[in-house]
Amino acid sequence: MSDFVIIGAGPAGISAANESARYGVKVTLIDENNLPGGQLFTQTHKFFGSREHRAGVRGFQIGYDLIEEIKKLNVDVLLNTIVYGISADMEVKYITEGNSAKSIIAGNILISTGALEKPVVFKGWTKPGVMGAGAAQTMMNVHRVLPGRKVLMIGSGNVGLIVAYQLKQAGADVVGIIEAMPGIGGYKVHASKVRRIGIPILTSYTIKEAKGSTQVSSAVIVGVDKNLREIPGTEDEVKCDLICIAAGLKPFDELCWLLNLKFKYIGELGGFVPVHNDNLETSMENIYVAGDVAGVEEASTAMEEGRLAGVTVAQKLGYISDSQAGKLKGKIKNRLKYLRLGSFGRKRAEGKKKLTYK
Amino acid sequence: MRNKIKGKISNDSDAGIITLDEFKKIPGYPEDDDFSRGPIAVIECDQDIPCNPCEEICKYGAIKVGKPITNLPVLNTEKCRGCLKCITICPGLCIFVVYRDYTDKTSLIYIPYEFSPLPEKNTCVDVLNRRGEKICKGFIRKVIKLAGCNKTFVIGMEIPKRFYNTARHFKF
Repeated sequence: MSDFVIIGAGPAGISAANESARYGVKVTLIDENNLPGGQLFTQTHKFFGSREHRAGVRGFQIGYDLIEEIKKLNVDVLLNTIVYGISADMEVKYITEGNSAKSIIAGNILISTGALEKPVVFKGWTKPGVMGAGAAQTMMNVHRVLPGRKVLMIGSGNVGLIVAYQLKQAGADVVGIIEAMPGIGGYKVHASKVRRIGIPILTSYTIKEAKGSTQVSSAVIVGVDKNLREIPGTEDEVKCDLICIAAGLKPFDELCWLLNLKFKYIGELGGFVPVHNDNLETSMENIYVAGDVAGVEEASTAMEEGRLAGVTVAQKLGYISDSQAGKLKGKIKNRLKYLRLGSFGRKRAEGKKKLTYK
Repeated sequence: MRNKIKGKISNDSDAGIITLDEFKKIPGYPEDDDFSRGPIAVIECDQDIPCNPCEEICKYGAIKVGKPITNLPVLNTEKCRGCLKCITICPGLCIFVVYRDYTDKTSLIYIPYEFSPLPEKNTCVDVLNRRGEKICKGFIRKVIKLAGCNKTFVIGMEIPKRFYNTARHFKF
């Protein structure tokens, strides 16, 4: 039996654990990896935002800081542990590190499992040498393995732009970034730093085929019109041994589907998102979502949502008073509002509005 | 089949590069006269992203973002000393320091650099513009590791003066 079971120890999950355990909640934090921190450890670049969001600090350093905080509190951390199901009466079922099947009854559950990369399907896409940009980033930044020497990046959102830059830092030759839309998807500053180091960006292009016998040895790209249809005669073949797909993320919400939670399709947030109120409680009582699984945003919003879920559970269990909770939640929601400003944030804010119900 | 992509590379605005005319309108970009005073920051930031570490790190108060932090940073050219700190903190790596009148014929451009190995002083390099195109030759004159820079090093490259508004990277 656990007061609060958190599934997924990325920035949202760890923040929820910290923000509830500090008030006395008995927290069980579960993650399938051998280290908590989620995608923070793959992020070698400096984060944006304000001081309280650790602007100017590299992502992996924020990961280490968060882990230090959990160590100081009494949080039960289960690593290398896969949650494979949750029953309607709050039984969380998992496979332990030693490969036995166990379960735990939870008073409250937070699903903070993050996001999955969306695939782009094209001829030859199953050849070795085609992978998600996030996978390439993990191999490179966490495992110190360079996944390829000549890289074609598909997608010019922030993930595509940043991973292209990091591949170059790691010694790869990035032959180009192609983007199906007429303009880039990510921040101009990321595109600028990628262009000035010599990586071309081609908009209104898509990938047609990956060629190679036992693995990728070249890619055929082709121009597209404004309806994203291929323009015959614009094909170009380029040598490469790695094709990275950075075509967007979607919530990793299988556990939510298993629970029959209510969903809504919100394109701006990555696809089907579990509906939740503004305290992050889903359509099922005592089940919460936070971070990318509640709508694909950023690490900073994930941390704030994690904190919000943590405070809400601490309040529900009586570890903090209603007025104390009100003050804490007010501050968190204010910071979330600030993170969702600007032309990039506004779309996400609108997505969240469509999603939450009272 | 080629080693380089020959497809149509996007024009500047589609691919996220700001043109020189657009730059002059950005509040983080100095006026032509300001360059005569010595090394000065050039903040090539023109999108409303919530971000303000440049304002926090400047101990001369030369950068103002205010609230909301989606505001573009405004450079106070009187206060800026060209100390290089803002170059190292910007998560977008979009701040440079330009010393236009380094010598009669050359300028010194300080850029953020996060690659390994670092170049050696006095190395001759190919200087690149914002599109990564080679525009001239230059020389590395400074290789700076400021305290607290957290691995964003600063390289000072000496270039022919007429390129001071376009030289922003190098290759060696």
